[in-house]
Amino acid sequence: MSTGVLEVRNVTQRFDNRAILNDLSLDFWGGHVHAVIGPNGAGKSTLANTIMGLEGYTGHDGDIVLDGQSLKGVSITERAKRGITLAWQEPARFEGLSVQRFITAGAKVKTAARAGEVLSTFGLDPDRYLSRSVDKTLSGGERKRIELASILAMEPRIVIMDEPDSGIDVEALQRIFAALIQFKTSGATVIMITHSMAVLKQADHAFLMCCGKLLDKGNVDRIAEYFGSKCLPCDHINQPSAEEI
Amino acid sequence: MDKSNIIAQLYESISVDPRHPFGDDVARVEVHENKVVGVHLVPGLKVEAGETKDGIDAYIGVAEGVEIEKPVHICFGVLPETGLQHIILNIEIKQNSRASILAHCTFPNARKVEHLMDANITIEPGARYSYFERHVHGPYGGVNVIPNAKIIVHEGGEFSTEFELIKGRAGRIRFDYEATCHARSVLEMTARINGRENDQIYIQETAHLVGEEARAVLTSHLALRDQARAEIYNTMTANAPRARGHVDCKEIVVGNAFAKAVPVVEVNHPLAHITHEAAIGSVDSKQLQTLLSRGLSEEEATDIIIEGLLSKKPNPDRQYNNDPTLG
Repeated sequence: MSTGVLEVRNVTQRFDNRAILNDLSLDFWGGHVHAVIGPNGAGKSTLANTIMGLEGYTGHDGDIVLDGQSLKGVSITERAKRGITLAWQEPARFEGLSVQRFITAGAKVKTAARAGEVLSTFGLDPDRYLSRSVDKTLSGGERKRIELASILAMEPRIVIMDEPDSGIDVEALQRIFAALIQFKTSGATVIMITHSMAVLKQADHAFLMCCGKLLDKGNVDRIAEYFGSKCLPCDHINQPSAEEI
Repeated sequence: MDKSNIIAQLYESISVDPRHPFGDDVARVEVHENKVVGVHLVPGLKVEAGETKDGIDAYIGVAEGVEIEKPVHICFGVLPETGLQHIILNIEIKQNSRASILAHCTFPNARKVEHLMDANITIEPGARYSYFERHVHGPYGGVNVIPNAKIIVHEGGEFSTEFELIKGRAGRIRFDYEATCHARSVLEMTARINGRENDQIYIQETAHLVGEEARAVLTSHLALRDQARAEIYNTMTANAPRARGHVDCKEIVVGNAFAKAVPVVEVNHPLAHITHEAAIGSVDSKQLQTLLSRGLSEEEATDIIIEGLLSKKPNPDRQYNNDPTLG
């Protein structure tokens, strides 16, 4: 019997007849920070997109279950209304749309003050950023922080962060790690998709994926040790032996 | 109806408090149908307007070296459901002067209104002039807007014009602006239009960069829904050394709407350079899914994306940028 608030049950996700997720089962416990780690091509982002129900990711076998209820046929909007959201690895740009409008669009409290507050959490000065456009004039790191600020304002129950450290400098990464604590304090479940040891070490619990399958799960230090010693030097990326799987 | 009542109604239709819309230091002109119903000028600004049978024939001039500190407000309107307003404008921004015009064109009840404009605009050497035109139309789509402008930007001059039609039905728009840019001049022409139902929009913007180091940007951002149709023809030519230009054309098409964009860029000098970007299509999938993953419906998300596309670009260099009437 699972105790997970969000369960991935025997999910197989195929593209061009290739199983990117291969009979994958995971449980994400409420209020925990989970890391899903694995080499490039392991299927981590596919897992994130599948949980969110993005376009092109809904035709899988198996099931995603939230609070005991299947999410089969449930739209992205409805999944978000039930508390799931996703921070993209490369956040979208919105030409002409102000940072304030972007943050308040999905915020629980739709005020400029709240938008400013969440921006500050990520080290961005509201006076400088609220009126700016979420466009190419912002760096990738700035957009990433603004996206996470918008998620913080949404007050979700489950936050999926796809590669939260990509394109981020060290100072910004520390802000993101601090925000993890805020999410956790608010009772949210965080799922961090990563191949970074630094990000992995922020988690309470880890899943190790390769080739669309779960290789191991459990204690972060143990997974980190395995990932560092076996996965990073692996010369047959995404082709682990049957014994390893 | 007396003039003050008409002025009050014109301002009400553009959501400006009609009791005290502007201070004495703000020049303004109000035109209803073919009547100039209000004028207030400031030093250095000359306005001569004669009534014609279906509109006005006006001269607007800014004297040499004068800087009009606050934007000049012009309100063109037709309040009844039917009418014709033909505006003939001659604008001269004299050497080294600076001015900004914020024009509201309001047709709140239009079922069959024609608004025509024929403008000749001259920006003399070193002068800077920006013109922002906001259209406020009613819900019936009964407006036919046909503005034509010939613009000359002389050496070192700067001219920007921005046409905005976001509130109400566009109706039928057919505009044709053509600018000639001399050495070291700067030109920006922008159109932001929201079309829906059976609105029809035709835009022709042309810039000729004839002088050394002349620069120009032509921007068209449109959102089209329902059965709305748009055709956009942007033409830019450059035949002088170090002339630089860019054409930016973006249209979001929703439902059964239709958009066609025809960019023409022509370079006749080896040291000139023009770039072009165009994007026509449905709402960007990644933008849409980002907003859906925040709990917005598809319609709400589409509205927000369109709001961004059609938003006024902040530009602190434009005098009208923070004008309270622009909201």
